[in-house]
Amino acid sequence: MERPAVTVRPGEFRNGSAERGKVFELRDVGVDYGGVPAVKEISMDVHRNQVTALIGPSGCGKSTLLRCLNRMNDLIPGAVVHGSLRYHGEDLYGPSVDPVQARKLIGMVFQKPNPFPKSIFDNVAFGPRVQGRKKGLEGIVEAALRRAALWDEVKDRLGDNAFGLSGGQQQRLCIARCIAVEPDTILMDEPCSALDPISTNKIEDLMVELKEEFSIVIVTHNLQQAARVSDRTAFLMVELDADEDNRWGRLVEYDETEKIFTNPADRRTEDYVSGKVG
Amino acid sequence: MLESPRPRHGEKAIQGLLALCALLSVLTTTAIVLSLLGPTIGFFQFVPAGEFFFGVDWTPQFEPPSYGVLAIVAGTVSVALWGALFAIPVGLGAAVYLSEYAPPRVRKTVKPVLEILAGIPTVAIGFFAASFILPSVVQPLWPGDLHGGAEKPFMALAAALGVGLMMVPIIASISEDAMAAVPHGLRQGAYAMGATRMKVATRVVFPAALSGIVASVVLAISRAAGETMVVLLAAGNTPNFTLWPNEAVQTITAYIATTATGDIATGTPEYDTVFAAGFVLFALTLAMNLMSIRLVRRYREVYE
Amino acid sequence: MEAGGVASERARLASAGARATVAAALGRQPRRDVALNAGFAALLLLAVLIALAGLAALLVQAFVKAAPSLSPDLLTSMPSRINPEEAGFRPAILGSLQLIAGVMLFVVPVGVGAAVYLEEYADKSKWWNRLVEVNIQNLAAVPSIIYGILGLAFIARGPLDLGFVALTGSLTLALLVLPIVIIAGREAIRAVPASIRQGSLALGATRWQTIRRQVLPAAVPGIATGVILAVSRALGEAAPLLLVGATVFITFDPTPFSEFSALPVQIFNYAVQPQEEFKALAAAGIVVMLVVLLAMNSFAIWLRNRYEQRW
Repeated sequence: MERPAVTVRPGEFRNGSAERGKVFELRDVGVDYGGVPAVKEISMDVHRNQVTALIGPSGCGKSTLLRCLNRMNDLIPGAVVHGSLRYHGEDLYGPSVDPVQARKLIGMVFQKPNPFPKSIFDNVAFGPRVQGRKKGLEGIVEAALRRAALWDEVKDRLGDNAFGLSGGQQQRLCIARCIAVEPDTILMDEPCSALDPISTNKIEDLMVELKEEFSIVIVTHNLQQAARVSDRTAFLMVELDADEDNRWGRLVEYDETEKIFTNPADRRTEDYVSGKVG
Repeated sequence: MLESPRPRHGEKAIQGLLALCALLSVLTTTAIVLSLLGPTIGFFQFVPAGEFFFGVDWTPQFEPPSYGVLAIVAGTVSVALWGALFAIPVGLGAAVYLSEYAPPRVRKTVKPVLEILAGIPTVAIGFFAASFILPSVVQPLWPGDLHGGAEKPFMALAAALGVGLMMVPIIASISEDAMAAVPHGLRQGAYAMGATRMKVATRVVFPAALSGIVASVVLAISRAAGETMVVLLAAGNTPNFTLWPNEAVQTITAYIATTATGDIATGTPEYDTVFAAGFVLFALTLAMNLMSIRLVRRYREVYE
Repeated sequence: MEAGGVASERARLASAGARATVAAALGRQPRRDVALNAGFAALLLLAVLIALAGLAALLVQAFVKAAPSLSPDLLTSMPSRINPEEAGFRPAILGSLQLIAGVMLFVVPVGVGAAVYLEEYADKSKWWNRLVEVNIQNLAAVPSIIYGILGLAFIARGPLDLGFVALTGSLTLALLVLPIVIIAGREAIRAVPASIRQGSLALGATRWQTIRRQVLPAAVPGIATGVILAVSRALGEAAPLLLVGATVFITFDPTPFSEFSALPVQIFNYAVQPQEEFKALAAAGIVVMLVVLLAMNSFAIWLRNRYEQRW
């Protein structure tokens, strides 16, 4: 394989495509849990209305990194975030930032679908209700379910318990729930890993549709999924310290997806995407 | 855009309110200790500690009064001890049976029945002890007392059996939990080597669950020591420094219950004896409870 | 002899020997062991039967002794020291109802509040939070009469100085059963999976909103069961009430600030009278109490089965 003359470093982008707004700007972001580093010195930019994928072997800190983006790491006792993380230019970890507010703008869908033990309607309406909306909920719920490609399947049974839905439907319900809050970014942590292939396809199609309205960051260990769905891909890897006691994740390469998968700059990236190493 | 639209004072206030609710438990314990300590200290100002802790005559109402707490401690110990002698084999036997022998359907019916036994109010057990156990079970076997007297209206043994009946569900259910926590792998290894069910139950499961079993016994004895209604109805109300089960005795709880009823005046020596006796009871049961809590934590930690 | 014949003879003997060995290993146990095992199992069964027989005897005896006295008048008549035929449990029943109403009013907010704090807000590694936990576990095992002393010293007299009224009884009993509610509440809250909380928080809900709208509603069946258990316990307790003024010869309907009586105390008082008729009355009171308790606990079991959330 040909090696390009100039090595692309994480954070710099070679292509001269149309200027896109940046949703997140990460500079040297690192996370410790109780003093033990999980992820170190991540620098990258996430762009608006794109799907950005985080890939890498297990334990390389992809989910940890994702949780930094909506302040969910705050919930883990002993978690400390270093470095600079800007959201639309504002410091996400600034002293006057309210994490609750941040999470209204940056939504999250989890690996295992986690609908609330309530009706389908109440699931989707929960977010708006919590923000104080009392009227117009039917319209919001319908719009969100339509955007999540679930409306036709549930429109006649909005009062049914959400637990009665299939796995794939539950996950789309969680996406609808997230959309109802009208965030501008959606984070997805391995959203399809607990689902069957047909549901996975539906959700992948959904992601491509949703990026017109939202910016999406997904974590996935499914390389084909990343290749199919994302515009940019970041590859993280585990690094060991000298005594091999500690391990943490590091960003190896971040570029347009096509480049990562066909012509990566780093040997390690190439080994991973070609399946030589897991 | 990331600031909160309005300051979240409500959240902090709610957290404070909830913390107060949790704090109430600490306050309650403090209040108990304080309520007992004050009059107890007052008590020891006019009764020497030696007479209290080592004397065997408890007659505070007589002239001259005698304050040997061992008389009523003996009553408590007698009832708890004889009750335990009944409850331990019955409770442990039931526990081993439910854990190692019973088919699932039997377990499903017997366990709730034991829970019913645990929920019977103590006044009902006391009534049962006085009106059935005493005349129909104890007295036919042990008429009168060893000194050739007539049939007695009260006997420590009758109360002890009633209290024992109360203790059985405590011992049975906690021991059974402890046995259920023993990993199946241990049992299966023993069965694979050809051990019989009896051997597995006695040599493998029982020793593995020992700390939970001991915890259940200690807790049951603590409950027995603190029991009031059963002893009031069946054990009598005369302080008697003896462990003979066929005697009438007065337990610490019975003394407190009969002396501290409504019309007692604060500040009198009699009032103080109630608290001194209560303090002894509290200290005894506290020690037993703490021991039991630690033992339960130990068996839970080993396997979880 | 032919070589084949010798070989087949040896083979026959060898396989017979092997069969005998296996039969010895897997076959019947020696009779002594069988007897021992059977005896042990029988002893265990005997233990269970003794426990069951004790319960049965208690229930049967109560019903039998109560039979001559059982009539609806029990519930409506006033007590009497002299005339067992006309005596009843009316003020005692009303008193008990008031007492447990008071207990619930106190114990539900405080108990659930404490459970929520300990499960959702408290940092479990801090020593003072563990102190609170040990405290609660210990309080659950303190003898009930000690709570009577506490009520006498702090509530009837002392700082609160409410006197010997029903409210005092309620508060005393409430403190006694509060640990039950806290412990049951904590278990119910703990059973709600973390994924529900995370889902709620990720949608921009605050911690309290998550608790109020997701965690508590899901924990209600478990909490309700705990409250019913607590109330059952409070209903049957007599010892603490003896110390805070539960008198037995009020002949009027009690109010929260009047003198009061309670069912178990009234039963006790009838039970210590020498006349057989009073003992029958006591048994009748026990029957009433047991019936009420049975109804409450059946309701709790039904509640738990109907509304239990399977995650």
